[in-house]
Amino acid sequence: MNKGVAVTGMGIISAIGNNIEENYRSLLASNSGIGCSEFLKTTHTNIPVAEIKIANETLSKHLNLSKNHSFTRAALLGSLAAKEAIEQAGIKIDDETGFISGTSVGGMDATENHFKEFVAGKADNKRFIRSQHPGFTTEKMAEYFGITGFVSTISTACSSGANAIMLGARMIKAGKLKRVIVGGTDCLTKFTLNGFNALMILSNNPCRAFDEHRNGLNLGEGAAYLVLEAEDILNGKPVLGRLKGYGNANDAFHQTASSENGEGAYLAMQEAIKSAGITPGEIDYINAHGTATKNNDLSESRAIQRIFEAGIPDFSSTKAFTGHSLAAAGALEAVYSLLSLSKQEIYPNLNFSQAMPETGLKPVTEVKQKKLNLVLSNSFGFGGNCTSLIFAKDEA
Amino acid sequence: MKNLQAELKESIIEQLNLEDMEPGDIKNDEALFGDGLGLDSIDALELIVLLEKDYGIKLTDPAQSREIFKSVNSMAEFIEANRTK
Amino acid sequence: MKPKIYINSISSITAQSRDKEESPVSYYKSIFPAISPNYKDYIKPMTLRRMSKAIKMGISAAKMALQEAEIENPDAIITGTGEGCKQDTEKFLENLIDQDEQLVTPTSFIQSTHNTVGGQIALNLGCKNYNLTYTQNSASLESALFDTYLQFLETSGKKSVLVGGVDELSEKITGFRNLDGQLKTGKIHNLDLFKEASAGTITSEGAHFFILSTEKSGNCYAEFKDISIKNSIEPEQINAEVENFLHKNNLGIDAIDAIVLGKNGDNRYDYYYSILQDSLFKNTLQLGYKHLVGDYDTASGFAVYLACKILKSGSISSVMKLNTLRPGKIKNILIYNQYLGSDHSLILLSAV
Repeated sequence: MNKGVAVTGMGIISAIGNNIEENYRSLLASNSGIGCSEFLKTTHTNIPVAEIKIANETLSKHLNLSKNHSFTRAALLGSLAAKEAIEQAGIKIDDETGFISGTSVGGMDATENHFKEFVAGKADNKRFIRSQHPGFTTEKMAEYFGITGFVSTISTACSSGANAIMLGARMIKAGKLKRVIVGGTDCLTKFTLNGFNALMILSNNPCRAFDEHRNGLNLGEGAAYLVLEAEDILNGKPVLGRLKGYGNANDAFHQTASSENGEGAYLAMQEAIKSAGITPGEIDYINAHGTATKNNDLSESRAIQRIFEAGIPDFSSTKAFTGHSLAAAGALEAVYSLLSLSKQEIYPNLNFSQAMPETGLKPVTEVKQKKLNLVLSNSFGFGGNCTSLIFAKDEA
Repeated sequence: MKNLQAELKESIIEQLNLEDMEPGDIKNDEALFGDGLGLDSIDALELIVLLEKDYGIKLTDPAQSREIFKSVNSMAEFIEANRTK
Repeated sequence: MKPKIYINSISSITAQSRDKEESPVSYYKSIFPAISPNYKDYIKPMTLRRMSKAIKMGISAAKMALQEAEIENPDAIITGTGEGCKQDTEKFLENLIDQDEQLVTPTSFIQSTHNTVGGQIALNLGCKNYNLTYTQNSASLESALFDTYLQFLETSGKKSVLVGGVDELSEKITGFRNLDGQLKTGKIHNLDLFKEASAGTITSEGAHFFILSTEKSGNCYAEFKDISIKNSIEPEQINAEVENFLHKNNLGIDAIDAIVLGKNGDNRYDYYYSILQDSLFKNTLQLGYKHLVGDYDTASGFAVYLACKILKSGSISSVMKLNTLRPGKIKNILIYNQYLGSDHSLILLSAV
């Protein structure tokens, strides 16, 4: 039987908290992390973001880094989250420990800060020249934890983190690794803020996923990592939950927009359900991608309707808590899905009041206690990239 | 108006990298999107910035642009009526 | 059980012309561009107009590989790119900095995403299957190949995977490599790269795509045996690492008929290669290629491409040879690569 791959550790940092406990408390109290930018130096001060209110200098201190380190903000956030996960799992890093990280823009924060200097031929901050490339951020983190074995980066925009988790599970199943740290990290940058702004899909208010009057997303930042371990090395270690199924498909419709009937999302969910060896009716809750853009939420809703037909499970988007943290989103939401399973409760979709007329679907809007065995988490990205993960409660 | 249409054609070709095209290839009443010139939603976003940059017109909802960008004629009419520069 | 995996088609776009192997193109600069095919043969003009070179090279190389294998819709599209769509990244970044974040247009942002090439191939083919993009410096293409390998180990029913790597030059960002010692300074001739004892290397751009399949086509080039990726290896461990890899494949050093090395003329890190050249593979044919196509994150695609051609044709161009051994029939080729001492990879290919 497909038991799924064991999750033995998790760690997170987001706009609603610096660790699992703080995130959990914010979710319970419906405390959103969306507000004004303080650390991101942008001229778009009117655009709300979900920012982690800690300066890079402070983050570096928490990690005991030397003064001239070359950690990007994504590497700083990522290391803090991965540290929590590794400590919880109590693993020893060895040759058979892998690290797979998802990031969309990696160290773009450093690049945009130093770009003009580099263009002018100034080399004072040359240690950040390679930081623009996503592998650099992953490599810094690998270095921090002393991971020398399989290290890779996935960059499929907003589904990167979810894809990293999927790859990790596949490597464990194929016997290629004994343990693997998987997840994603992305920080706020002017690059992404201006990009989404130019696409005209940022909201000037806290986002309203699945609401008829939704008018765009809020960008966020964060990092989350899971530790996955092979069955034969668990030795009775507590298992937080299991990654039971996964699926990736491509919408092949448009570079940024989702197709009207959500074909890619539909195929990803279908594949995840198939690989988990379950039926759609067994899914108890969906942590939706739900970015609150007109396009995504309608497309995702239609895909959900197509998969679940009359029996649509409870669902919610947690983007109004954390903003859309791009590559980290799938990882953050994997942690929330696992929290849902362990606490047996669903965290609400904030700012929802009226269902969209096209589907009439209503998300869960209050914290809800419920028996949960299987949770589906969706992550979709540019380039038509659609990924669904299915987490299961550990049947000890 | 005639000048504005010619100017628009040049800007469209430049802004949207329509490398193999000449202003004369675009008819004033030809559909810019879909079956006509074949522009898409990404081009629409580029044209929205063009409106703001060249004519001081700020659109906030991309859906608004569909009617305006129907053809060079419709764009010119809209610009004439709303331009601030 | 591990199925046999075949490489049924190969494609390459680099700074070298594909049909003139014996008379390679000389470059006298540390940065030189790839020779473009006629992109219009592969991409419709209306979509071509906003594509950067990485996207154009990627789609074209992908289509060449698909055409050769006579496949329309692969079961997965897996792409590696170390630095992604740098030209669009650079364009967007400059715009937003120069214009103080005002009146910024979105096209270059959309296309700056690392999975643009993979997504565009899917869009071009209308392929809704599995689609992933890896970006791990010099192990980007290797990560994509690793995923491909996993696809076939799993009982996923996948038969043919389109896998490849692509990287492009951009004016400023590539130029930054001059500031942190990644590139050679002074007079350079690419074909003399291995004669220089200095820091840095030469760089370029390119795209390589392959069809890997569990079904052997009539056109098949090679068998894809195994792949390994390691983030860091101590130099004194490199021999053990290679032996271990071969041991897992039940092969001794003697079974390797040629080793393709990612030597790039950077005397700060080329010792990883010279250790292997001077010890384990002293009596093995050694080949190099970065003097031909430059070093960039997915340049190792050219190594895979060449190894495939050698395994199929049996002939080896003299410009690649790093020693003078004349081997008999080439059965197994090992490819080893690293960049700046990190992201090491080993790929084992065999004749079919």
